[in-house]
Amino acid sequence: MIVLFTIRTALLATLLLVVPGTWIAWLLARRDWRGKSIVETLVALPLVMPPVATGLILLKTFGRHGPLAFLDVVFTWRGVVAAMSVMAFPLYVRSARIAFEQVSRRYEEIARTLGARESRVFFTITVPLAMRGLIGGAVLAFARALGEFGATVLVAGNIPGRTATLSTSIYNYVQLGQDDAAMRLLGISVVIAFVAVWTSELLLPRRHA
Amino acid sequence: MKLRLDVTLTLPAFTLRADVDIDSSAIGLFGPSGAGKTTLLEIIAGIREPDRARISIDGREIAHLPARERRIGYVPQDDTLFPHMSVRGNVLYGAEALDAEILKTLEIEALLDRTVAKLSGGERRRVAIARALLAKPALLLLDEPLSGLDNARSSLIIEMLQQIETPILFVSHNRDEIAALCDATIVLDHGVTSYGDRRP
Repeated sequence: MIVLFTIRTALLATLLLVVPGTWIAWLLARRDWRGKSIVETLVALPLVMPPVATGLILLKTFGRHGPLAFLDVVFTWRGVVAAMSVMAFPLYVRSARIAFEQVSRRYEEIARTLGARESRVFFTITVPLAMRGLIGGAVLAFARALGEFGATVLVAGNIPGRTATLSTSIYNYVQLGQDDAAMRLLGISVVIAFVAVWTSELLLPRRHA
Repeated sequence: MKLRLDVTLTLPAFTLRADVDIDSSAIGLFGPSGAGKTTLLEIIAGIREPDRARISIDGREIAHLPARERRIGYVPQDDTLFPHMSVRGNVLYGAEALDAEILKTLEIEALLDRTVAKLSGGERRRVAIARALLAKPALLLLDEPLSGLDNARSSLIIEMLQQIETPILFVSHNRDEIAALCDATIVLDHGVTSYGDRRP
């Protein structure tokens, strides 16, 4: 139950971030624009900020008096997805950006001389050639989403059967002294994380030494 | 084909100044390594920004157009076949349909369903030329298309290029190659153009 819920929300969170993440990664890799370094920094913030602080920002944004209150996100499964998405976003953008940077611009230039518009260059040349890195990044983001705790607890709470995920449930069981249940979930977490990271290692472009 | 070039680009080592007004369907662009030949081709193809350029082909001014609207076929010296596509996918990239005659001239009918990774050096050159030609360019730019090929393969490609109707601008640092293929020559040295000898 908890395991399926966590996998489902993490998958949804990953799907949600792929399109905007790919777009921003491409902008960072291929275009120069004013404010690029600011966006770069903003995108990386959730990676280095305390997750609880990020959660607080989300809570204020989606909360009762926040600008996005109408989305009814707080203390629902949607809150879990939102927290996971935001926290996993930087990991995906980083991988996708590296993947795009490793695609030779030569191919894109030649495609243009053959009459291709920018959108066609993007979808038929850049994305296919970066695909391994994009998928690898998505798997990494998925793994990060699976383990999200700090932001999730603030935005979605830890409501058994409604918003409790693997991480928040482990915390819960430990608090209640139910170590057996906690250890079982721990084992499951290790297996899922192992498979996810292992897959992304296979897919992500090797950095040449 | 009437080709007019008036191109300026400041490079670290020298300033490229191409001033050309020539009427020929097979022009050789000759010059030592590092003279700016490839840079000039890239400016004509629209993938490199000059300081200033006027480029016209048969009176059609193209310097203000993006690469995709210029109708310039560009076959660079480095290998640029799309590695994730078959030969067929490559040659059809800029074309709506295959052109049997071009495929026959360049002898790549048998290669269509191969992956790019399985092609030899000479085959790659021919596929790259076919890909550019199938997009029906007004001018085909060839950057050292024979470098690294042995004599037999070179003469084969020269023979093929002689049968092509599309006007070509053929870059080489080898006078014999240019003499075999071109009826007019531009010389580029340290970024400055001059006219070379016509073929005797």
